[in-house]
Amino acid sequence: MSSDQSDMVPGSGALPEQITSGFPEAGPPRFDSIDAVRSGLARVDYLADDGISGVVYLADRLAKPVLVEGPAGTGKTELAKSVARLTNSRLIRLQCYEGLDESKALYEWNYKKQLLRIQADSGQSWQELEEDIFSEEFLLTRPLLEAIKSTEPVVLLIDEVDRVELETEALLLEILSEYQVSIPELGTVRAQQIPLVFLTSNNTRELSEALKRRCLFLHIDYPQLERERAIIETRVPGISQALADQVARIVRSIRSLDLKKAPSVSETLDWARTLVVLGVESIDAEQAKDTLHILLKYRSDIDRASKELAGLDTTG
Amino acid sequence: MLDLLTGFVGELRAAGIPVSLSEHLDAAETLRHVPLEDRESIKYTLGATLVKSSTHWPAYETAFEIYFSLRGPGYAIDGEDERLDETSTEDDPSNQPGQGGRQGKGKGGGGGEGMTPEELADMLYKALLGANNSMIQAVARQAVSRYGGMEAGRPVGGTYYLYRTLRNLDLDKVMERLIDQARQATSAENDEAGHAGPDVTLTPLEERLLRDEYQSRIDKLRKEIESEIRRRLVADRGSEALARSIRKPLPEDIDVMHATRDELVALRRSLAPLSRKLAVRLARKRRHGRKGPLDFRSTVRHSLSTGGVPVDPKFRYPRPSKPEIIVIADISGSVASFARFTLHLVHAISSQFSKVRSFVFIDGIDEVTSFFEGVDDPSEAVHRINTEADVVWVDGHSDYGHALTVFWEKWGEEITPRTSVLLLGDARNNYHSSGSWVVKEIRSRARHVYWLNPEPRAYWDSGDSIVGEYANYCDEVVECRTLRQLETFVGELA
Repeated sequence: MSSDQSDMVPGSGALPEQITSGFPEAGPPRFDSIDAVRSGLARVDYLADDGISGVVYLADRLAKPVLVEGPAGTGKTELAKSVARLTNSRLIRLQCYEGLDESKALYEWNYKKQLLRIQADSGQSWQELEEDIFSEEFLLTRPLLEAIKSTEPVVLLIDEVDRVELETEALLLEILSEYQVSIPELGTVRAQQIPLVFLTSNNTRELSEALKRRCLFLHIDYPQLERERAIIETRVPGISQALADQVARIVRSIRSLDLKKAPSVSETLDWARTLVVLGVESIDAEQAKDTLHILLKYRSDIDRASKELAGLDTTG
Repeated sequence: MLDLLTGFVGELRAAGIPVSLSEHLDAAETLRHVPLEDRESIKYTLGATLVKSSTHWPAYETAFEIYFSLRGPGYAIDGEDERLDETSTEDDPSNQPGQGGRQGKGKGGGGGEGMTPEELADMLYKALLGANNSMIQAVARQAVSRYGGMEAGRPVGGTYYLYRTLRNLDLDKVMERLIDQARQATSAENDEAGHAGPDVTLTPLEERLLRDEYQSRIDKLRKEIESEIRRRLVADRGSEALARSIRKPLPEDIDVMHATRDELVALRRSLAPLSRKLAVRLARKRRHGRKGPLDFRSTVRHSLSTGGVPVDPKFRYPRPSKPEIIVIADISGSVASFARFTLHLVHAISSQFSKVRSFVFIDGIDEVTSFFEGVDDPSEAVHRINTEADVVWVDGHSDYGHALTVFWEKWGEEITPRTSVLLLGDARNNYHSSGSWVVKEIRSRARHVYWLNPEPRAYWDSGDSIVGEYANYCDEVVECRTLRQLETFVGELA
């Protein structure tokens, strides 16, 4: 293929500024201040603490991806969704799994269509044909390329990045630091706008230094009592303040036990919803025991928690 | 500011947190975007650029407190005559601001040295009862200046002052008093409501919740006291000197043999995720390690979607052999915790081996494999080892010679060429006979023999340590003092 194509930006024609600058122009900042992030997120029903809102603000200003880590069910994925809603952006999601590769994450040539094109011989020379079948028409875009090519604002969510193999992580590096994708046959595709990127990890393995270095790191832990109570009140319609308070406090007590799997925020919300549906006004030991299986997913944990919370109930 | 940041980054590196140059640049960039007077935001955003692992966060927090302690509003260091309305800017307005705060102000501002211990105790009690943040802060300051007995220029760490302060506050008693008070309150309510019954008190559930609530407030107080002490130490000695003296190793770098009780707790906590990560990594390695021979059938099947052109060749997965592991661990006092960690780790990844058998000894030897069978949680089994295994033969001092001899007589037959044998211990044999011929015999039969020694290499073969004698017959003797070293070794084994 001819060399003058190597820096072409597909879709929009060649834009010389982008080629020379090497880094996409940063758009206007999405957020004015850290407090604006926090109140904005609260508007879309996501209650952020200092850490979360600070890092989201910084991610926008520094144009850096955010690596979100923490126990399951503490709102990592939800954060990305909420930010997308807040900034009115399209959310593009790449769910990672073992065996994820280039053709599923970045792009793939549409072999079948290429074969058809070759077979439908139109009397072209091989040169022309080759240029033709390696053009954009035959390119299947996958989430990462899609996020780069999009002209409207985008939030890119790379979910559970710890599930891919160490080698596959390298795929992400180019897009995370330069916001570009190199396709050997076509040239380099640069971002039209800088997407906000969130990577989530459940910490089942250590991510590579190269990846971590390119990201801002945010650890989301189980929320403090006050925040959890507020989350319950926003997310569970029709719950009374007293019940929300009680739920949050019981959950905190359970988390302080030595369990295999501590209850997550989403499980707490499920539990609160159940209690509302059951018409419970205030939890006593018996009711707590009967509904514990919503909070805890291991037999031994349930036994342990019910013993700690209610089993000693001799006076009741 | 940049100088300060550079010093801060240097301190983080010294504490063992890897900070690269590009991360340092990011941090500097951060300071341009985040308002400097917002201390909390600075803390979190700087953290996001510099710290890339949640286990490093506590170390980061400590360093941050030291380096940026004097620079927030309301952090005046003038001890006695500080004004509480400064601190109350940080008070959460939703937390009962009125009465408690004013009371605290009156006493804290006016009192100082003139306050009796009873008054202070009373104030502490009220602060905890009302969950009033500014009051808790005030109490922390008073308590430190009163009980800490801090002297300028004394080269002791903060823990000493912390201990002194906490001992005088006697938080356990305060806790009891709070609970008692809550009990009385409920029974009083019940009396009013007409449920006249002498034994109507809190249900255990309520009591438990209350206890946790007060506990969290007390923890908050403790944190306040700690940071107050740190603030004063910084004022006294300067950031760098203090950072040096209170720097703690990261959990994975703690020397297992000399860990304090707190450190052991931290170790145990980091062991579970560590073994999980190791297991995941090894399982992946096995599945994706090498490509096997071409799978012709699968390749043809997949070529159907490309019109019979085999675009995407498929390969069979190789099935590598899994080693058998025999662990022989010394669990006498000096190396007990190390042996426990190793057993825990080996069993946590036992799915990576075709068989794991464990033996523990002091001067007698006993098999403990059955303890690990059918148990989800290796730590439970490890606990049972301590209580149930029959490992004392004569006097309960390590006797490697006897233990190894008995092992050879009873179980030596079961070592096969597929077995890897791990010996754990410091080889401090109390001048008994070494029994090293057993190791030689094991070596001739097994695939590998490794010796893991939790002592620093410099101490080997000093005093009654005879690890050198065993080393002659081992494939390798590995120094294994920290979790990091242990993880590396076990990872290579599988």
